Amino acid sequence: MVRPGDRIFRSLTSGAGVFIVVLIAAIGIFLLLRAIPSLQRDNVNFLLSRDWVTSDPANLRFGIIDLLWVTVATSVVALVLATPVALGIALFLTQYAPRKLARSLAYVVDLLAAVPSIIFGLWGIQVLAPQLLPFAEWLNEYLGWIPIFALGNVSTGGGGNIFISGVVLAVMILPIITAVSREIFERTPTAHVEGALALGATKWEVVRTTVLPFGKAGFISAAMLGLGRALGETIALTTILSATDAQPNYTIFDGGATFASRIALGSAEFNDNLTVGAYIAAGLVLFLITFAVNALARTVVAGKKEYA
Amino acid sequence: MKIKQSGAAIGLVAVGALLLSACGSDNNTGAQGTSSSLANLSVECGGKANISAEGSSAQKNAMDIFAKDFQAKCQGQKIAYTKSGSGKGISQFTAKQIDFGGTDSPLSKEKGEVDKAAQRCEGNPAWNLPLVFGPVALAYNLPNVNNVVLNGELAAKIFSGQITKWNDPALAAVNPGAALPDKKIVVIYRSDESGTTENFQTYLKTAAPQAWTKGGGKKFTGGVGEGKESSDGVSSATKSTDGAITYVEWSFAKNAKLGIAKVDTGAGAVELTSASAAKAIDGAQVKGTGNDLVLDLNSIYGTKAAGAYPLLLATYEVVCSKGYDADTTRAVKAFLTVAANASASELEAAGYVALPETFKKKLTTAVSAIA
Repeated sequence: MVRPGDRIFRSLTSGAGVFIVVLIAAIGIFLLLRAIPSLQRDNVNFLLSRDWVTSDPANLRFGIIDLLWVTVATSVVALVLATPVALGIALFLTQYAPRKLARSLAYVVDLLAAVPSIIFGLWGIQVLAPQLLPFAEWLNEYLGWIPIFALGNVSTGGGGNIFISGVVLAVMILPIITAVSREIFERTPTAHVEGALALGATKWEVVRTTVLPFGKAGFISAAMLGLGRALGETIALTTILSATDAQPNYTIFDGGATFASRIALGSAEFNDNLTVGAYIAAGLVLFLITFAVNALARTVVAGKKEYA
Repeated sequence: MKIKQSGAAIGLVAVGALLLSACGSDNNTGAQGTSSSLANLSVECGGKANISAEGSSAQKNAMDIFAKDFQAKCQGQKIAYTKSGSGKGISQFTAKQIDFGGTDSPLSKEKGEVDKAAQRCEGNPAWNLPLVFGPVALAYNLPNVNNVVLNGELAAKIFSGQITKWNDPALAAVNPGAALPDKKIVVIYRSDESGTTENFQTYLKTAAPQAWTKGGGKKFTGGVGEGKESSDGVSSATKSTDGAITYVEWSFAKNAKLGIAKVDTGAGAVELTSASAAKAIDGAQVKGTGNDLVLDLNSIYGTKAAGAYPLLLATYEVVCSKGYDADTTRAVKAFLTVAANASASELEAAGYVALPETFKKKLTTAVSAIA
């Protein structure tokens, strides 16, 4: 038997589902349609060139290789720094902290998500960068033999590099990863936990044998949400990163621009459709990368659903 | 009816509050309410109450001063200037969305802007009126070194990476007194597209055609250094980087307390002051016809006049010579007259230069010829 309420609710939910798919498809198609004319007039290899000269629509020269490097590097640094801390906070809040303290601490972490990104940007370049300078110089000097810690293509003292950007991004994505994984760890079945305790497991052993296996898939999803935010972050990185025309040294002390910050830098003078198309082509690549990263995460998660 | 009456009452209260707050804010701007140059000025106010304009962001702070003066001089009239970009200012003007456009470069014949603007003005030509001038400072950060002198050629070589040390012999030659240190020059440039960069590169091309071969445009093409977003970004990066040099609007260099290089155009080192910038404006030649005051930038950037500071950002208002309706004509003329007579000290505080007398005369002649 089907009541009218069932029908209405069913069509509403499937409508919402279809809407989001259509919306994403529409964004993709728009990006593609606007990018194609410019891509056809690109005088250099779009994927491999380091140039970005779009001021003369008759002679477009734009490639994304440097943007790709800086975008991926800042996000990876952010993820490497943020995930262990987020994991620690989420475990502490759900397993160790007293309930009352957990709730107020969770609020504080969530508050981080409410800080505007321009504030993070200004804080990063004006406050954090000078503070972290001794550490950055120490990394350069003593660990410089590891390629990713070597001197970059901008001055380390200026602070406009991937390292500082990554640290700021890590702070920005921390609340997202923490909030999602906290919810998941909280849902560890009580039977699992009590079973482990009954077998004589200590607190750490409970976390290791029940909470972590149960929450692994969810934690990876949370990290991917954070990564998505890091890949697309615009204003904070526009403020922090120093642009440069020099060849990147592929270290975390390189400067440059990410896809999103390059678009922000050019946006003040968008007059010509072909010029805009070049930036949209960069946006399209970012869209595809985010898509690919998420797809990859889905397959990883699918293989790890031990609790299903 | 009752509703309307209470609406009017609220309106009265609102106007009253505005007037009161206007009185309040006058105190910060100077001794008298309006500047002395404006007090004696006779302006034919009237026409439409709200003028709309859009364009170059380099003019925005000057426009704020003009807007305040206009409101004070012509009670009940206002101007809204949206900063977007020069290109947007021109396209909005030709699309009849705004009353006049603000732009860093005059209407271009090749891009068809001249024809489109003429269409917008009912078949009458549009005029480019250079109203806002902002000096660009060559600002540096060298502790204990104060009087650095540069010229076009040295600037071109520094900003294209041909000179990389502060104690380069070529720099030492024009700075005989200064103890220039053995430091790397860190070039800081605008990473976002800007009219400042465009004008700076045009200056380098004009003043040192041999040394600057990197072309121009709104994006910095020197190929060296580190880019920072916005004027504020470059000035604070210069402030925090030892041995840095940048080009930035005067007000930002002053606010960040950076060293400002004197520029030697061949007749001795010239310090950047309102007077030296005004001298360069005075020497500017007009290459437009009649009242279309398109400037020959070569005459500013390439000036050899003693005591004239050559590195200026000249920005235009694009207006119809004819073809506005009567209300708009009256209001636009009133606004431009007020703007041309804005107070020199307020403009200087915001990083601009007031128009020198002879040039102002040229401009006001053009304004009063708008029909």
